[in-house]
Amino acid sequence: MVVANKYEMVCGLEVHVELQTKTKIFCSCTTEFGGEQNTHVCPVCLGMPGALPVLNREVVNYAIKAGLALNCEIAEFSKFDRKNYFYPDLSKNYQTSQFDLPICGKGGLEIEVDGEKKWIGITRAHMEEDAGKLVHSGDTITTSNESSVDYNRAGVPLLEIVSEPDMRSIPEVLAYLEKLVQILEYTEVSDCRLEQGSVRFDINVSLRPMGATTLGTRTETKNLNSFSSVRRCMEYEIARQARVLDAGEKVVQETRTWDEGQGVTLTLRSKEEAHDYRYFPEPDLAPLVIDREWVERIHKTLPELPEARRARLQVLGLSAYDAGVITQSKALSDFFDAALSSYEDAKTLANWVMGDVTRLLNTNQCSVVDSPISAAQLAELLGLIDKGTISGKIAKSVLEDMYSTGKDAGVIVKEKGLAQISDEGALLGIIDDVISANPQSAEDYRAGKDRAIGFLVGQIMKATKGQANPGLVNKLLKEKLS
Amino acid sequence: MSISREDVEYVAALARLELTEQETQEYTEQLNSILGYAAMLERLDTTDVVPTAHAVPLHNVLREDQVGSSINHEKALRNAPDGEEGFFRVPKISLT
Repeated sequence: MVVANKYEMVCGLEVHVELQTKTKIFCSCTTEFGGEQNTHVCPVCLGMPGALPVLNREVVNYAIKAGLALNCEIAEFSKFDRKNYFYPDLSKNYQTSQFDLPICGKGGLEIEVDGEKKWIGITRAHMEEDAGKLVHSGDTITTSNESSVDYNRAGVPLLEIVSEPDMRSIPEVLAYLEKLVQILEYTEVSDCRLEQGSVRFDINVSLRPMGATTLGTRTETKNLNSFSSVRRCMEYEIARQARVLDAGEKVVQETRTWDEGQGVTLTLRSKEEAHDYRYFPEPDLAPLVIDREWVERIHKTLPELPEARRARLQVLGLSAYDAGVITQSKALSDFFDAALSSYEDAKTLANWVMGDVTRLLNTNQCSVVDSPISAAQLAELLGLIDKGTISGKIAKSVLEDMYSTGKDAGVIVKEKGLAQISDEGALLGIIDDVISANPQSAEDYRAGKDRAIGFLVGQIMKATKGQANPGLVNKLLKEKLS
Repeated sequence: MSISREDVEYVAALARLELTEQETQEYTEQLNSILGYAAMLERLDTTDVVPTAHAVPLHNVLREDQVGSSINHEKALRNAPDGEEGFFRVPKISLT
Protein backbone atom coordinates (compact mmCIF):
# COMPACT_ATOMS: atom_id res chain seq x y z
CA MET A 1 0.00 0.00 0.00
CA VAL A 2 1.26 3.41 -0.87
CA VAL A 3 0.53 5.98 1.79
CA ALA A 4 0.44 9.35 0.04
CA ASN A 5 3.02 7.85 -2.41
CA LYS A 6 5.61 8.20 0.31
CA TYR A 7 5.50 5.01 2.32
CA GLU A 8 5.06 1.33 1.72
CA MET A 9 3.39 -0.73 4.44
CA VAL A 10 4.71 -4.11 5.53
CA CYS A 11 2.46 -6.46 7.48
CA GLY A 12 2.73 -9.87 9.13
CA LEU A 13 0.05 -11.58 11.19
CA GLU A 14 -0.30 -13.90 14.13
CA VAL A 15 -3.58 -15.78 14.14
CA HIS A 16 -4.83 -17.68 17.21
CA VAL A 17 -7.32 -20.42 16.41
CA GLU A 18 -9.24 -22.38 19.03
CA LEU A 19 -9.13 -26.02 18.02
CA GLN A 20 -12.44 -27.86 17.99
CA THR A 21 -11.67 -30.56 20.55
CA LYS A 22 -14.20 -31.73 23.14
CA THR A 23 -11.73 -31.26 26.00
CA LYS A 24 -8.97 -28.85 26.94
CA ILE A 25 -5.40 -29.32 25.81
CA PHE A 26 -3.98 -30.67 29.09
CA CYS A 27 -7.02 -31.82 31.10
CA SER A 28 -10.42 -33.41 30.50
CA CYS A 29 -12.52 -30.31 31.26
CA THR A 30 -15.00 -29.46 28.51
CA THR A 31 -14.15 -26.72 25.99
CA GLU A 32 -17.82 -25.78 25.62
CA PHE A 33 -18.32 -22.03 25.18
CA GLY A 34 -20.30 -19.93 27.63
CA GLY A 35 -20.72 -22.05 30.77
CA GLU A 36 -21.25 -20.43 34.16
CA GLN A 37 -17.97 -18.88 35.34
CA ASN A 38 -15.37 -21.25 36.77
CA THR A 39 -17.41 -24.41 36.25
CA HIS A 40 -15.30 -25.87 33.39
CA VAL A 41 -12.22 -26.04 35.59
CA CYS A 42 -10.13 -28.57 37.47
CA PRO A 43 -6.86 -28.61 39.42
CA VAL A 44 -4.84 -28.77 36.15
CA CYS A 45 -6.31 -25.73 34.38
CA LEU A 46 -6.50 -23.83 37.66
CA GLY A 47 -2.78 -24.42 38.12
CA MET A 48 -3.08 -26.12 41.51
CA PRO A 49 0.28 -27.21 42.92
CA GLY A 50 1.06 -30.82 42.07
CA ALA A 51 -1.53 -31.13 39.30
CA LEU A 52 -0.01 -32.62 36.16
CA PRO A 53 -0.96 -31.92 32.53
CA VAL A 54 -1.48 -34.70 29.96
CA LEU A 55 -1.59 -33.75 26.28
CA ASN A 56 -4.83 -34.33 24.34
CA ARG A 57 -4.09 -36.54 21.29
CA GLU A 58 -6.76 -34.81 19.22
CA VAL A 59 -4.98 -31.44 19.61
CA VAL A 60 -1.92 -32.93 17.92
CA ASN A 61 -4.09 -34.47 15.19
CA TYR A 62 -5.78 -31.13 14.46
CA ALA A 63 -2.47 -29.24 14.51
CA ILE A 64 -1.01 -31.69 11.97
CA LYS A 65 -4.16 -31.44 9.84
CA ALA A 66 -4.13 -27.62 9.82
CA GLY A 67 -0.40 -27.66 9.11
CA LEU A 68 -0.85 -29.96 6.10
CA ALA A 69 -3.71 -27.83 4.73
CA LEU A 70 -1.44 -24.76 5.04
CA ASN A 71 1.44 -26.48 3.22
CA CYS A 72 3.59 -26.54 6.39
CA GLU A 73 6.41 -28.92 7.18
CA ILE A 74 5.36 -31.15 10.07
CA ALA A 75 8.08 -31.55 12.72
CA GLU A 76 9.37 -35.03 13.48
CA PHE A 77 10.24 -33.93 16.99
CA SER A 78 8.35 -31.28 18.92
CA LYS A 79 8.11 -30.17 22.54
CA PHE A 80 6.34 -27.76 24.85
CA ASP A 81 7.90 -24.87 26.74
CA ARG A 82 6.89 -22.56 29.54
CA LYS A 83 6.43 -18.90 28.61
CA ASN A 84 6.78 -17.05 31.90
CA TYR A 85 4.83 -13.89 32.68
CA PHE A 86 2.75 -12.51 35.51
CA TYR A 87 -0.80 -11.85 34.43
CA PRO A 88 -3.86 -13.30 36.14
CA ASP A 89 -5.47 -14.61 32.93
CA LEU A 90 -3.44 -17.76 33.64
CA SER A 91 -3.13 -18.93 37.20
CA LYS A 92 0.28 -20.59 36.88
CA ASN A 93 2.31 -17.49 36.01
CA TYR A 94 3.29 -19.16 32.77
CA GLN A 95 1.61 -20.27 29.59
CA THR A 96 2.37 -23.73 28.28
CA SER A 97 3.32 -23.05 24.67
CA GLN A 98 5.95 -24.08 22.13
CA PHE A 99 9.15 -22.11 21.62
CA ASP A 100 11.95 -23.47 19.45
CA LEU A 101 10.44 -26.76 18.25
CA PRO A 102 6.88 -25.96 17.07
CA ILE A 103 4.76 -28.71 15.52
CA CYS A 104 4.45 -26.92 12.16
CA GLY A 105 7.31 -25.29 10.28
CA LYS A 106 7.43 -23.30 7.06
CA GLY A 107 4.38 -23.23 4.81
CA GLY A 108 2.12 -20.69 3.16
CA LEU A 109 -0.89 -20.06 0.98
CA GLU A 110 -1.73 -18.26 -2.24
CA ILE A 111 -3.99 -15.22 -2.25
CA GLU A 112 -5.53 -13.29 -5.13
CA VAL A 113 -6.15 -9.55 -5.09
CA ASP A 114 -7.48 -7.76 -8.20
CA GLY A 115 -6.53 -10.75 -10.35
CA GLU A 116 -2.93 -10.78 -9.07
CA LYS A 117 -1.82 -13.98 -7.37
CA LYS A 118 0.65 -13.83 -4.51
CA TRP A 119 2.20 -16.34 -2.13
CA ILE A 120 2.06 -15.44 1.56
CA GLY A 121 4.57 -17.38 3.63
CA ILE A 122 3.77 -18.98 6.97
CA THR A 123 6.74 -19.02 9.35
CA ARG A 124 5.42 -21.56 11.82
CA ALA A 125 2.39 -22.75 13.77
CA HIS A 126 2.50 -23.94 17.35
CA MET A 127 0.18 -25.42 19.98
CA GLU A 128 -0.55 -23.63 23.23
CA GLU A 129 -3.21 -23.17 25.89
CA ASP A 130 -5.70 -20.32 25.79
CA ALA A 131 -5.94 -17.97 28.80
CA GLY A 132 -8.91 -17.18 31.04
CA LYS A 133 -11.14 -14.13 30.75
CA LEU A 134 -10.77 -11.00 32.83
CA VAL A 135 -13.65 -8.69 33.69
CA HIS A 136 -12.45 -5.32 34.95
CA SER A 137 -14.35 -3.30 37.54
CA GLY A 138 -13.67 0.00 35.74
CA ASP A 139 -13.85 0.94 32.07
CA THR A 140 -10.34 -0.17 31.21
CA ILE A 141 -7.66 -2.29 32.76
CA THR A 142 -5.62 0.74 33.87
CA THR A 143 -8.52 2.46 35.61
CA SER A 144 -9.73 -0.67 37.41
CA ASN A 145 -8.93 -1.28 41.05
CA GLU A 146 -9.72 -4.95 40.76
CA SER A 147 -10.62 -7.56 38.16
CA SER A 148 -12.67 -10.75 38.16
CA VAL A 149 -11.32 -13.89 36.55
CA ASP A 150 -13.13 -16.77 34.84
CA TYR A 151 -10.86 -19.70 33.97
CA ASN A 152 -13.37 -21.63 31.81
CA ARG A 153 -11.38 -20.74 28.70
CA ALA A 154 -7.99 -21.37 30.33
CA GLY A 155 -6.53 -24.48 28.73
CA VAL A 156 -8.68 -24.48 25.59
CA PRO A 157 -6.30 -25.60 22.82
CA LEU A 158 -4.99 -22.96 20.45
CA LEU A 159 -2.96 -23.13 17.29
CA GLU A 160 -0.99 -19.92 16.75
CA ILE A 161 -0.23 -19.41 13.06
CA VAL A 162 2.54 -16.89 12.35
CA SER A 163 2.90 -15.42 8.86
CA GLU A 164 5.93 -13.91 7.19
CA PRO A 165 5.85 -10.09 6.79
CA ASP A 166 4.76 -10.63 3.17
CA MET A 167 1.66 -8.44 2.94
CA ARG A 168 1.84 -4.98 1.39
CA SER A 169 -1.76 -3.74 1.45
CA ILE A 170 -4.95 -4.02 3.50
CA PRO A 171 -6.69 -5.99 0.71
CA GLU A 172 -3.79 -8.48 0.81
CA VAL A 173 -4.16 -8.83 4.58
CA LEU A 174 -7.91 -9.40 4.31
CA ALA A 175 -7.45 -11.88 1.45
CA TYR A 176 -4.92 -13.82 3.53
CA LEU A 177 -7.18 -13.88 6.60
CA GLU A 178 -10.28 -14.89 4.64
CA LYS A 179 -8.41 -17.69 2.91
CA LEU A 180 -6.82 -18.86 6.14
CA VAL A 181 -10.13 -18.95 8.02
CA GLN A 182 -11.79 -20.69 5.06
CA ILE A 183 -9.13 -23.43 5.05
CA LEU A 184 -9.46 -23.87 8.81
CA GLU A 185 -13.22 -24.14 8.43
CA TYR A 186 -12.96 -26.70 5.61
CA THR A 187 -10.51 -28.86 7.56
CA GLU A 188 -12.88 -28.65 10.55
CA VAL A 189 -10.05 -28.10 13.01
CA SER A 190 -11.98 -25.09 14.38
CA ASP A 191 -15.59 -23.96 14.40
CA CYS A 192 -14.20 -20.56 13.28
CA ARG A 193 -16.90 -18.63 15.17
CA LEU A 194 -15.25 -15.23 15.02
CA GLU A 195 -18.00 -13.57 17.09
CA GLN A 196 -17.24 -15.99 19.94
CA GLY A 197 -13.52 -15.30 19.73
CA SER A 198 -12.63 -18.70 18.19
CA VAL A 199 -10.20 -16.92 15.88
CA ARG A 200 -8.21 -13.86 16.97
CA PHE A 201 -5.77 -11.73 15.03
CA ASP A 202 -2.60 -9.85 16.05
CA ILE A 203 -1.36 -7.38 13.44
CA ASN A 204 2.28 -6.42 13.03
CA VAL A 205 2.60 -3.40 10.78
CA SER A 206 5.34 -0.93 9.84
CA LEU A 207 5.93 1.71 7.19
CA ARG A 208 9.07 2.41 5.20
CA PRO A 209 9.93 4.99 2.58
CA MET A 210 9.03 3.85 -0.95
CA GLY A 211 11.91 1.90 -2.41
CA ALA A 212 13.57 1.18 0.94
CA THR A 213 14.77 -2.38 1.46
CA THR A 214 15.11 -2.42 5.24
CA LEU A 215 12.07 -2.68 7.47
CA GLY A 216 10.70 0.23 9.48
CA THR A 217 9.86 0.01 13.19
CA ARG A 218 6.70 -1.99 13.71
CA THR A 219 3.85 -1.97 16.19
CA GLU A 220 1.79 -4.99 17.17
CA THR A 221 -1.95 -4.56 17.72
CA LYS A 222 -3.44 -7.50 19.58
CA ASN A 223 -6.67 -9.40 19.82
CA LEU A 224 -8.90 -8.34 16.94
CA ASN A 225 -11.73 -10.72 16.17
CA SER A 226 -13.42 -9.56 12.99
CA PHE A 227 -12.32 -8.73 9.46
CA SER A 228 -13.93 -5.31 9.67
CA SER A 229 -11.97 -4.47 12.87
CA VAL A 230 -8.78 -5.57 11.13
CA ARG A 231 -9.47 -3.24 8.22
CA ARG A 232 -10.41 -0.25 10.39
CA CYS A 233 -7.54 -0.85 12.80
CA MET A 234 -5.02 -1.01 9.95
CA GLU A 235 -6.36 2.13 8.28
CA TYR A 236 -5.97 3.96 11.57
CA GLU A 237 -2.55 2.57 12.48
CA ILE A 238 -1.04 3.19 9.02
CA ALA A 239 -2.27 6.80 9.04
CA ARG A 240 -0.94 7.25 12.58
CA GLN A 241 2.52 5.93 11.71
CA ALA A 242 2.60 8.08 8.55
CA ARG A 243 1.86 11.18 10.67
CA VAL A 244 4.66 10.26 13.10
CA LEU A 245 7.14 9.78 10.24
CA ASP A 246 5.96 12.93 8.41
CA ALA A 247 6.67 14.91 11.57
CA GLY A 248 10.24 13.62 11.46
CA GLU A 249 9.70 11.47 14.56
CA LYS A 250 10.29 7.79 15.14
CA VAL A 251 7.63 5.11 15.50
CA VAL A 252 7.94 3.49 18.93
CA GLN A 253 8.13 -0.29 18.87
CA GLU A 254 5.25 -1.30 21.12
CA THR A 255 2.20 -3.43 21.70
CA ARG A 256 -1.05 -1.62 21.06
CA THR A 257 -4.71 -2.38 21.61
CA TRP A 258 -7.67 -1.61 19.33
CA ASP A 259 -10.48 0.41 20.84
CA GLU A 260 -13.51 -0.58 18.76
CA GLY A 261 -15.76 2.15 20.17
CA GLN A 262 -13.40 5.04 19.54
CA GLY A 263 -11.88 3.51 16.39
CA VAL A 264 -8.29 4.10 17.55
CA THR A 265 -5.27 2.04 18.59
CA LEU A 266 -3.77 2.78 22.02
CA THR A 267 -0.45 1.93 23.65
CA LEU A 268 -0.70 -1.23 25.76
CA ARG A 269 2.96 -1.59 26.62
CA SER A 270 6.18 -0.51 24.97
CA LYS A 271 8.78 -3.06 23.96
CA GLU A 272 11.41 -1.59 26.30
CA GLU A 273 9.33 -2.68 29.24
CA ALA A 274 8.10 -5.83 27.52
CA HIS A 275 8.51 -9.15 29.21
CA ASP A 276 11.50 -11.32 28.82
CA TYR A 277 9.56 -14.57 28.74
CA ARG A 278 12.43 -16.83 29.92
CA TYR A 279 11.17 -19.81 27.93
CA PHE A 280 12.33 -23.19 29.16
CA PRO A 281 11.30 -26.76 28.31
CA GLU A 282 8.11 -27.87 30.09
CA PRO A 283 9.28 -30.61 32.46
CA ASP A 284 5.73 -31.90 33.08
CA LEU A 285 5.14 -32.92 29.45
CA ALA A 286 7.00 -35.54 27.46
CA PRO A 287 8.15 -34.47 23.97
CA LEU A 288 6.36 -35.57 20.81
CA VAL A 289 7.85 -37.87 18.21
CA ILE A 290 5.71 -37.66 15.08
CA ASP A 291 6.49 -40.48 12.66
CA ARG A 292 5.58 -40.13 8.99
CA GLU A 293 2.88 -42.79 9.28
CA TRP A 294 1.03 -40.56 11.72
CA VAL A 295 1.28 -37.62 9.30
CA GLU A 296 0.14 -39.84 6.42
CA ARG A 297 -2.85 -41.04 8.45
CA ILE A 298 -3.93 -37.42 9.01
CA HIS A 299 -3.20 -36.55 5.39
CA LYS A 300 -5.81 -39.09 4.31
CA THR A 301 -8.47 -37.29 6.36
CA LEU A 302 -7.92 -33.95 4.59
CA PRO A 303 -11.07 -32.89 2.76
CA GLU A 304 -11.10 -31.36 -0.71
CA LEU A 305 -9.95 -27.79 0.01
CA PRO A 306 -11.76 -24.68 -1.27
CA GLU A 307 -9.33 -24.08 -4.12
CA ALA A 308 -9.73 -27.61 -5.47
CA ARG A 309 -13.51 -27.38 -5.13
CA ARG A 310 -13.59 -24.09 -7.03
CA ALA A 311 -11.54 -25.61 -9.84
CA ARG A 312 -13.85 -28.64 -10.01
CA LEU A 313 -16.98 -26.47 -10.18
CA GLN A 314 -15.47 -24.38 -12.97
CA VAL A 315 -14.83 -27.55 -14.96
CA LEU A 316 -18.56 -28.32 -14.53
CA GLY A 317 -19.39 -25.00 -16.20
CA LEU A 318 -19.67 -22.52 -13.33
CA SER A 319 -18.10 -19.08 -13.68
CA ALA A 320 -15.15 -18.26 -11.42
CA TYR A 321 -17.43 -15.88 -9.53
CA ASP A 322 -20.19 -18.46 -8.98
CA ALA A 323 -17.68 -21.11 -7.94
CA GLY A 324 -16.28 -18.61 -5.44
CA VAL A 325 -19.72 -17.87 -3.96
CA ILE A 326 -20.62 -21.57 -3.63
CA THR A 327 -17.31 -22.46 -1.94
CA GLN A 328 -17.24 -19.40 0.34
CA SER A 329 -18.43 -21.59 3.20
CA LYS A 330 -17.99 -25.32 3.59
CA ALA A 331 -21.63 -25.74 4.59
CA LEU A 332 -22.93 -24.21 1.36
CA SER A 333 -20.38 -26.08 -0.71
CA ASP A 334 -21.32 -29.39 0.93
CA PHE A 335 -25.02 -28.66 0.29
CA PHE A 336 -24.26 -27.96 -3.37
CA ASP A 337 -22.23 -31.16 -3.76
CA ALA A 338 -24.94 -33.22 -2.09
CA ALA A 339 -27.55 -31.86 -4.53
CA LEU A 340 -25.15 -32.36 -7.42
CA SER A 341 -25.02 -36.08 -6.68
CA SER A 342 -28.64 -36.43 -7.84
CA TYR A 343 -28.96 -33.48 -10.23
CA GLU A 344 -26.43 -33.08 -13.00
CA ASP A 345 -26.84 -29.56 -14.37
CA ALA A 346 -24.34 -27.69 -12.19
CA LYS A 347 -25.05 -24.27 -13.69
CA THR A 348 -28.82 -24.44 -13.08
CA LEU A 349 -28.22 -25.85 -9.61
CA ALA A 350 -25.82 -23.02 -8.80
CA ASN A 351 -28.39 -20.42 -9.90
CA TRP A 352 -30.99 -21.93 -7.57
CA VAL A 353 -28.60 -22.35 -4.64
CA MET A 354 -27.20 -18.82 -4.92
CA GLY A 355 -30.60 -17.31 -5.75
CA ASP A 356 -33.85 -18.62 -4.31
CA VAL A 357 -32.41 -21.03 -1.74
CA THR A 358 -29.98 -18.47 -0.28
CA ARG A 359 -32.67 -15.79 -0.30
CA LEU A 360 -35.11 -18.03 1.62
CA LEU A 361 -32.43 -18.90 4.16
CA ASN A 362 -31.38 -15.27 4.61
CA THR A 363 -34.96 -14.04 4.94
CA ASN A 364 -35.54 -16.59 7.68
CA GLN A 365 -32.09 -16.05 9.23
CA CYS A 366 -31.43 -19.75 8.87
CA SER A 367 -28.01 -21.26 8.25
CA VAL A 368 -27.60 -23.73 5.43
CA VAL A 369 -26.84 -26.63 7.80
CA ASP A 370 -30.27 -26.08 9.41
CA SER A 371 -32.05 -25.69 6.07
CA PRO A 372 -35.52 -27.30 6.15
CA ILE A 373 -35.03 -28.09 2.46
CA SER A 374 -32.50 -30.87 2.01
CA ALA A 375 -30.08 -31.02 -0.91
CA ALA A 376 -31.89 -34.13 -2.22
CA GLN A 377 -35.23 -32.34 -2.07
CA LEU A 378 -33.85 -29.42 -4.07
CA ALA A 379 -32.49 -31.85 -6.67
CA GLU A 380 -35.93 -33.47 -6.97
CA LEU A 381 -37.56 -30.07 -7.53
CA LEU A 382 -35.14 -29.17 -10.32
CA GLY A 383 -35.71 -32.59 -11.86
CA LEU A 384 -39.46 -31.79 -12.05
CA ILE A 385 -38.69 -28.66 -14.07
CA ASP A 386 -36.47 -30.58 -16.47
CA LYS A 387 -39.13 -33.24 -16.97
CA GLY A 388 -41.65 -30.53 -17.81
CA THR A 389 -43.88 -31.40 -14.85
CA ILE A 390 -43.77 -27.83 -13.57
CA SER A 391 -42.48 -24.53 -14.95
CA GLY A 392 -39.57 -22.64 -13.42
CA LYS A 393 -41.99 -20.03 -12.16
CA ILE A 394 -44.21 -22.55 -10.39
CA ALA A 395 -41.06 -24.18 -9.00
CA LYS A 396 -40.24 -20.98 -7.12
CA SER A 397 -43.52 -21.09 -5.25
CA VAL A 398 -43.13 -24.84 -4.66
CA LEU A 399 -39.71 -24.12 -3.13
CA GLU A 400 -41.30 -21.69 -0.69
CA ASP A 401 -43.87 -24.30 0.29
CA MET A 402 -41.09 -26.85 0.73
CA TYR A 403 -39.32 -24.42 3.05
CA SER A 404 -42.35 -23.84 5.25
CA THR A 405 -43.72 -27.42 5.27
CA GLY A 406 -40.61 -29.56 4.79
CA LYS A 407 -42.57 -31.63 2.25
CA ASP A 408 -41.07 -33.05 -0.96
CA ALA A 409 -41.60 -31.13 -4.20
CA GLY A 410 -43.56 -33.98 -5.83
CA VAL A 411 -45.97 -34.13 -2.90
CA ILE A 412 -46.67 -30.39 -3.02
CA VAL A 413 -47.19 -30.42 -6.80
CA LYS A 414 -49.69 -33.27 -6.44
CA GLU A 415 -51.54 -31.85 -3.43
CA LYS A 416 -51.93 -28.42 -4.98
CA GLY A 417 -52.54 -29.64 -8.54
CA LEU A 418 -49.65 -27.60 -9.84
CA ALA A 419 -48.52 -30.01 -12.53
CA GLN A 420 -47.98 -28.28 -15.82
CA ILE A 421 -50.55 -28.77 -18.56
CA SER A 422 -48.57 -30.44 -21.34
CA ASP A 423 -51.54 -32.19 -22.90
CA GLU A 424 -51.76 -30.78 -26.44
CA GLY A 425 -55.48 -31.51 -26.76
CA ALA A 426 -56.32 -29.64 -23.57
CA LEU A 427 -54.11 -26.72 -24.53
CA LEU A 428 -55.49 -26.45 -28.09
CA GLY A 429 -59.00 -26.02 -26.69
CA ILE A 430 -57.84 -23.14 -24.50
CA ILE A 431 -55.85 -21.62 -27.34
CA ASP A 432 -58.93 -21.63 -29.59
CA ASP A 433 -60.96 -19.91 -26.89
CA VAL A 434 -58.32 -17.23 -26.38
CA ILE A 435 -57.93 -16.57 -30.11
CA SER A 436 -61.65 -16.18 -30.62
CA ALA A 437 -61.89 -13.87 -27.63
CA ASN A 438 -59.03 -11.69 -28.98
CA PRO A 439 -59.41 -11.60 -32.77
CA GLN A 440 -57.57 -8.28 -33.08
CA SER A 441 -54.37 -9.65 -31.50
CA ALA A 442 -54.48 -12.69 -33.74
CA GLU A 443 -54.91 -10.40 -36.74
CA ASP A 444 -52.01 -8.19 -35.61
CA TYR A 445 -49.72 -11.19 -35.32
CA ARG A 446 -50.64 -12.45 -38.76
CA ALA A 447 -49.96 -8.91 -40.09
CA GLY A 448 -46.38 -9.25 -38.83
CA LYS A 449 -46.59 -7.74 -35.34
CA ASP A 450 -44.60 -10.38 -33.50
CA ARG A 451 -45.23 -8.73 -30.16
CA ALA A 452 -48.93 -9.53 -30.31
CA ILE A 453 -48.16 -13.17 -29.56
CA GLY A 454 -46.93 -12.21 -26.10
CA PHE A 455 -50.33 -10.91 -25.18
CA LEU A 456 -52.01 -14.09 -26.36
CA VAL A 457 -49.56 -16.30 -24.42
CA GLY A 458 -50.26 -14.18 -21.35
CA GLN A 459 -53.99 -14.76 -21.73
CA ILE A 460 -53.48 -18.51 -22.07
CA MET A 461 -51.26 -18.61 -18.97
CA LYS A 462 -53.89 -16.62 -17.10
CA ALA A 463 -56.62 -19.03 -18.20
CA THR A 464 -54.55 -21.97 -16.90
CA LYS A 465 -53.42 -20.23 -13.67
CA GLY A 466 -49.84 -20.33 -14.91
CA GLN A 467 -49.86 -24.10 -15.32
CA ALA A 468 -49.68 -24.31 -19.11
CA ASN A 469 -46.32 -25.51 -20.41
CA PRO A 470 -45.01 -22.20 -21.81
CA GLY A 471 -42.81 -23.76 -24.50
CA LEU A 472 -45.63 -25.89 -25.76
CA VAL A 473 -48.10 -22.97 -25.70
CA ASN A 474 -45.74 -20.93 -27.85
CA LYS A 475 -45.28 -23.71 -30.35
CA LEU A 476 -48.99 -24.57 -30.63
CA LEU A 477 -50.06 -20.94 -30.85
CA LYS A 478 -47.64 -20.19 -33.68
CA GLU A 479 -48.83 -23.24 -35.60
CA LYS A 480 -52.40 -22.16 -35.12
CA LEU A 481 -51.83 -18.62 -36.33
CA SER A 482 -49.66 -19.45 -39.33
CA MET B 1 30.44 -16.64 31.82
CA SER B 2 29.72 -14.71 34.95
CA ILE B 3 26.64 -13.13 36.46
CA SER B 4 26.76 -9.44 37.26
CA ARG B 5 24.81 -7.56 39.90
CA GLU B 6 22.76 -6.05 37.10
CA ASP B 7 21.82 -9.53 35.87
CA VAL B 8 20.59 -10.45 39.34
CA GLU B 9 18.60 -7.23 39.65
CA TYR B 10 17.07 -7.79 36.19
CA VAL B 11 16.05 -11.38 36.91
CA ALA B 12 14.72 -10.39 40.33
CA ALA B 13 12.59 -7.68 38.72
CA LEU B 14 11.20 -10.19 36.19
CA ALA B 15 10.33 -12.54 39.05
CA ARG B 16 8.79 -9.63 41.04
CA LEU B 17 11.29 -10.14 43.87
CA GLU B 18 12.44 -7.28 46.02
CA LEU B 19 16.02 -7.95 47.15
CA THR B 20 18.01 -6.17 49.85
CA GLU B 21 21.53 -5.01 49.13
CA GLN B 22 22.90 -7.98 51.05
CA GLU B 23 20.65 -10.50 49.24
CA THR B 24 21.68 -9.13 45.85
CA GLN B 25 25.31 -9.65 46.82
CA GLU B 26 24.61 -13.14 48.18
CA TYR B 27 22.64 -14.32 45.11
CA THR B 28 25.21 -12.93 42.70
CA GLU B 29 27.87 -15.09 44.39
CA GLN B 30 25.61 -18.16 44.60
CA LEU B 31 24.46 -17.94 41.00
CA ASN B 32 28.06 -17.59 39.83
CA SER B 33 29.02 -20.63 41.83
CA ILE B 34 26.15 -22.69 40.35
CA LEU B 35 26.97 -21.63 36.79
CA GLY B 36 30.65 -22.29 37.46
CA TYR B 37 29.80 -25.85 38.46
CA ALA B 38 27.65 -26.39 35.38
CA ALA B 39 30.45 -24.92 33.25
CA MET B 40 32.32 -28.20 33.74
CA LEU B 41 30.11 -29.50 30.92
CA GLU B 42 31.87 -27.17 28.53
CA ARG B 43 34.96 -29.35 28.83
CA LEU B 44 33.11 -32.27 27.25
CA ASP B 45 32.85 -32.84 23.53
CA THR B 46 29.09 -32.68 22.80
CA THR B 47 29.37 -32.56 19.01
CA ASP B 48 27.13 -35.57 18.41
CA VAL B 49 24.90 -35.23 21.46
CA VAL B 50 21.28 -34.31 20.75
CA PRO B 51 20.03 -31.44 22.95
CA THR B 52 18.01 -32.78 25.87
CA ALA B 53 14.33 -31.86 25.66
CA HIS B 54 13.33 -33.86 28.70
CA ALA B 55 15.22 -35.60 31.50
CA VAL B 56 13.06 -38.74 31.28
CA PRO B 57 13.35 -40.82 28.08
CA LEU B 58 9.64 -40.79 27.31
CA HIS B 59 7.64 -39.48 24.38
CA ASN B 60 4.04 -39.23 23.17
CA VAL B 61 2.30 -39.45 26.52
CA LEU B 62 -1.19 -38.67 25.31
CA ARG B 63 -4.77 -38.85 26.49
CA GLU B 64 -7.98 -39.44 24.47
CA ASP B 65 -10.31 -36.49 23.88
CA GLN B 66 -13.04 -37.56 26.31
CA VAL B 67 -14.77 -35.16 28.68
CA GLY B 68 -14.23 -35.93 32.36
CA SER B 69 -15.55 -34.23 35.44
CA SER B 70 -14.79 -30.65 36.42
CA ILE B 71 -15.05 -29.18 39.89
CA ASN B 72 -17.66 -26.73 41.14
CA HIS B 73 -17.43 -23.04 42.15
CA GLU B 74 -16.99 -23.70 45.85
CA LYS B 75 -14.15 -26.13 45.33
CA ALA B 76 -12.49 -23.98 42.67
CA LEU B 77 -12.55 -20.91 44.91
CA ARG B 78 -11.90 -22.60 48.25
CA ASN B 79 -8.22 -21.58 48.35
CA ALA B 80 -8.70 -18.21 46.69
CA PRO B 81 -7.94 -15.18 48.89
CA ASP B 82 -10.78 -13.25 47.26
CA GLY B 83 -13.73 -14.04 45.06
CA GLU B 84 -17.30 -13.11 44.27
CA GLU B 85 -20.20 -14.77 42.46
CA GLY B 86 -18.04 -17.62 41.26
CA PHE B 87 -15.28 -15.35 39.98
CA PHE B 88 -11.76 -15.13 41.34
CA ARG B 89 -11.00 -11.54 42.26
CA VAL B 90 -7.54 -10.09 41.79
CA PRO B 91 -6.13 -6.69 42.81
CA LYS B 92 -5.31 -3.93 40.35
CA ILE B 93 -3.32 -5.25 37.39
CA SER B 94 -0.18 -3.36 36.47
CA LEU B 95 0.91 -3.78 32.86
CA THR B 96 4.56 -2.83 33.31
